[in-house]
Amino acid sequence: MDFTFIFETFETLVGGLPLTLSMAAISISAGTILAISLAVFAVFGGSTGKAFASGYVFVFRGSPLLVQIFLIYYGLGQFRPALQAWGLWPILREPYWCAVIALTLNTTAYSGEIFRGALQSVPAQQVEAARACGMSGLLLFWRIIFPIALRQALPGYGNEVALMVKATALASVITIMEVTGSAGKLIADSFRAFEVFCVAGAIYLAINLILTHLVAMLEYRLSPHLRLQPAQAA
Amino acid sequence: MDAIKNYVELVGFGQEGWGGLLLSAMMMTIAVSVSGFLTGSVLGTIVASMKLSSIGPLRWIGGSYTTVLRGVPDLLVVYLFYFGGGAFLSYIGAFAGYDGYIGMPAFLTGTVALGVVSAAYQAEVLRGAYRAVSRGELEAADSVGMRPWRKFRRIVVPLVLRYATPGLGNTWQLVLKESALISVTGLVEILRQSQIAAGSTRKPFEFYLTALVLYLVITWASSLLFGRLENRAMRGFRRAA
Repeated sequence: MDFTFIFETFETLVGGLPLTLSMAAISISAGTILAISLAVFAVFGGSTGKAFASGYVFVFRGSPLLVQIFLIYYGLGQFRPALQAWGLWPILREPYWCAVIALTLNTTAYSGEIFRGALQSVPAQQVEAARACGMSGLLLFWRIIFPIALRQALPGYGNEVALMVKATALASVITIMEVTGSAGKLIADSFRAFEVFCVAGAIYLAINLILTHLVAMLEYRLSPHLRLQPAQAA
Repeated sequence: MDAIKNYVELVGFGQEGWGGLLLSAMMMTIAVSVSGFLTGSVLGTIVASMKLSSIGPLRWIGGSYTTVLRGVPDLLVVYLFYFGGGAFLSYIGAFAGYDGYIGMPAFLTGTVALGVVSAAYQAEVLRGAYRAVSRGELEAADSVGMRPWRKFRRIVVPLVLRYATPGLGNTWQLVLKESALISVTGLVEILRQSQIAAGSTRKPFEFYLTALVLYLVITWASSLLFGRLENRAMRGFRRAA
């Protein structure tokens, strides 16, 4: 084992960490907001909302993320004059923002489905009970449906967050030097695929370990009703 | 309407144009996915049996396998086998007196990378399916005097396949989409062919959109196929439920 090489590799790859993390953070937060809206559309939006949501999900889950990234980065570049006229060019010319947009749209489809399932799993009795107390509309959604659905969605959502961290690796294909991009370059330069793979893999595993722990902690906090009561525990 | 006419002229699924090449690239996508998926099934069965084994170290290795390969970007795995395989082949070649770089064949890289990645997912599916086989079924087999091997072949395997069908369907869809990553090794599948066409015509939007549609066609067709398989697999189960 050549520890100097491994240490140098680690130093290089950690340099790409801010890009990986910022892409993951932006696309997960933006994607979550969009996904909740998509799920609300799908469940409460009538037949139009349902059709829109299922079409969206079909397109973004049915095709590879890499193709979506290429379509946005290279494909939209073809409409440069129009994009310049709309003032969108400064954003769409940057590989970073194109990757973030693609990741966001992609995770919206996946987490949208998770939230849709969660919304549909809210027991009708709970909604009825709330209505019986005179709650309706936004208040009903905010106080009753949303918290119950959130608890229901968490395990699946945790998976999706982990998947998104891995998915940022694809941004390396459009020249972004995040962790995988730097790893790919190092491997191509040194031909020591195994060492670089181990270091890069360890970085991703560490991020995902921390994230899944955070989600598990949130899950624990949000489900006091599922914990053993002190009397039972004894 | 002009846009459509231009598009048809550009891609032209007739005799000329890029259409034919894209269709054969689609066959390549399917071929490398099938070959990766089947490799993954074999490897996944081994990993699943390790995770179910009563021997501690085997369980530990199986567990780490699924944790690592499900936690690491698949692109890294592709790099590992593409460059690592190349270095390994050259090393072997040096022994045989060949002095130079021997590249890893792209299709083989695809098969191995997709196989190794999908094995982690298939192992989890198979393990869950095995756990779903109820004790009652096994006891019934014992009570009619079935020997272990026959019990395995006649009772366990059919039940596991039944329970695993939906999960394996998901994994197959995953492999199909992951196969786009193999384009970085130069294998001419849908995405690589679209890159070539986009580069030489300077019309990236049309070709990447075509690629997207081709993938949608394959994933949609396979979801229909797996829907039918699931239906078949559940035959005789519905009444009991």
